[in-house]
Amino acid sequence: MSASTTLRVRIWRGGADGAFHEYEVERRPSQTVLDVVTQVQRRIDPTLAYRYACRVGMCGSCAMTVDGKARWTCRTHVDAVSTSDRLEIAPLAHLPIVRDLVVDMAPFFDKWARAGGSFVPTRTRKDDFARVEPSTRQRRAVDAAIECIGCGVCYASCDVIEWRPEYLGPAALNRAWTLHNDVRDGAKAERLRKIAGSDGCNACHTHESCTLRCPKHLAPTASIAGLKRATALAALKGRL
Amino acid sequence: MTPATSTLPFRNDARSRDHPAYWAFVVMRLSGLALVAFLPVHFWALSHALGGAESLEGFLAWTRQPWVKAGETALVLALAAHLAGGVRLLFVEFRGWRADSQKTMLAVAAGVAIAFAVLFALNN
Amino acid sequence: MTAAAGTALPFSRSATWLWIAHRGSAVVLAFGVVVHLATMIYAVHHGLTATAMLQRAHATLAWPLFYGVFVVAVAVHGPLGLRTVLAEWGRLRGPFVDVGLAAFALLLLVSGLRAVYAITLA
Repeated sequence: MSASTTLRVRIWRGGADGAFHEYEVERRPSQTVLDVVTQVQRRIDPTLAYRYACRVGMCGSCAMTVDGKARWTCRTHVDAVSTSDRLEIAPLAHLPIVRDLVVDMAPFFDKWARAGGSFVPTRTRKDDFARVEPSTRQRRAVDAAIECIGCGVCYASCDVIEWRPEYLGPAALNRAWTLHNDVRDGAKAERLRKIAGSDGCNACHTHESCTLRCPKHLAPTASIAGLKRATALAALKGRL
Repeated sequence: MTPATSTLPFRNDARSRDHPAYWAFVVMRLSGLALVAFLPVHFWALSHALGGAESLEGFLAWTRQPWVKAGETALVLALAAHLAGGVRLLFVEFRGWRADSQKTMLAVAAGVAIAFAVLFALNN
Repeated sequence: MTAAAGTALPFSRSATWLWIAHRGSAVVLAFGVVVHLATMIYAVHHGLTATAMLQRAHATLAWPLFYGVFVVAVAVHGPLGLRTVLAEWGRLRGPFVDVGLAAFALLLLVSGLRAVYAITLA
């Protein structure tokens, strides 16, 4: 633990044409970055805008860019990321800034929808329950990727989105992969058409930033690789 | 709420790219660009053989200058790096994912590339 | 989301085929480049002169066949990779870029096959 008792934290204020403002907060044991932001807003500058909800690492609402990397601020201890007495907090990258640390998540979820990221049922309530064997390769693929809560950290970490703003992104494609492997889903062919192409799965260059930063330890890179294989196979079979 | 200022996104800097798989991507891209720029020159050089062995030997004599040899070693390194990195990508994309083997694959790729380049340089 | 009649997004089918071509040529090159690197190291290790190299290159049809396939794979793989870099780092996309790259691919193919002929058959 650092000997310093104060933390000098730079926080982004304003929109994209804003700037970093510096604040001084008291340093405490087991302090998280979210604690720091909250302390600034409550004790120093009540005009600071930021998002959080559960504060215990379950909802993903508090995602921000901390010292250049997208993280959940409630699960980021200051001592773990800051070796000096300084910290830098900015909004998530690649999403329109609403104000200060708040971004507009709409484009993120729009791409989720454009990737066919919702389940299409094939049974009705009159049918018997679907039997999904948990040990199959398909179900294990789903289970490995299903825990995504849509926090946007992977999307903010992906460089391809910066170079290709229309790229669907790791989260949307990861969700599409889970549905592609869901034996109950009825829209697989159509979904493959939605995620194929130069703004879809083929734009991924395996930087693995998404996988490195995912707070749920998912691997969107692996899901996207699966989609590359699936779309290629569909094209070769004339089904794309 | 209507924002009064620009809503453009925040952009990442080098700190978010400071990890091995990203460096591997940079190596692939830069080596690929170098190779694709070199290829037309390479084909032109080889076509000297149309004038017979003497014509080709004349050209090869020019290539024995130290700076050309250094360039050749750099190209061999680029080719070997692009090969090794590419094989790694083919594994990731076609053979599925094993999270524990990612760093190993990167290390092996780097090792193979350097081995080829050293072999060439020592003999050149 | 309704399961409406789905058609591929514009260019998504062609983009998938380009990806297949790029990875397919990569597999060919994975083998080809190992052979090529080994050949080059052998040549410099033994200090082969141009005459010696041309003699060995003319000795069997395997060389023009191998390098012929190699050149075709390179003419596919290189321009496709360049296309991605131009689109992402150069912000250059669209039909004019594609025509230019196709021309570059043709240049590589023709000059490459000419070089293969020069070394192995001329």
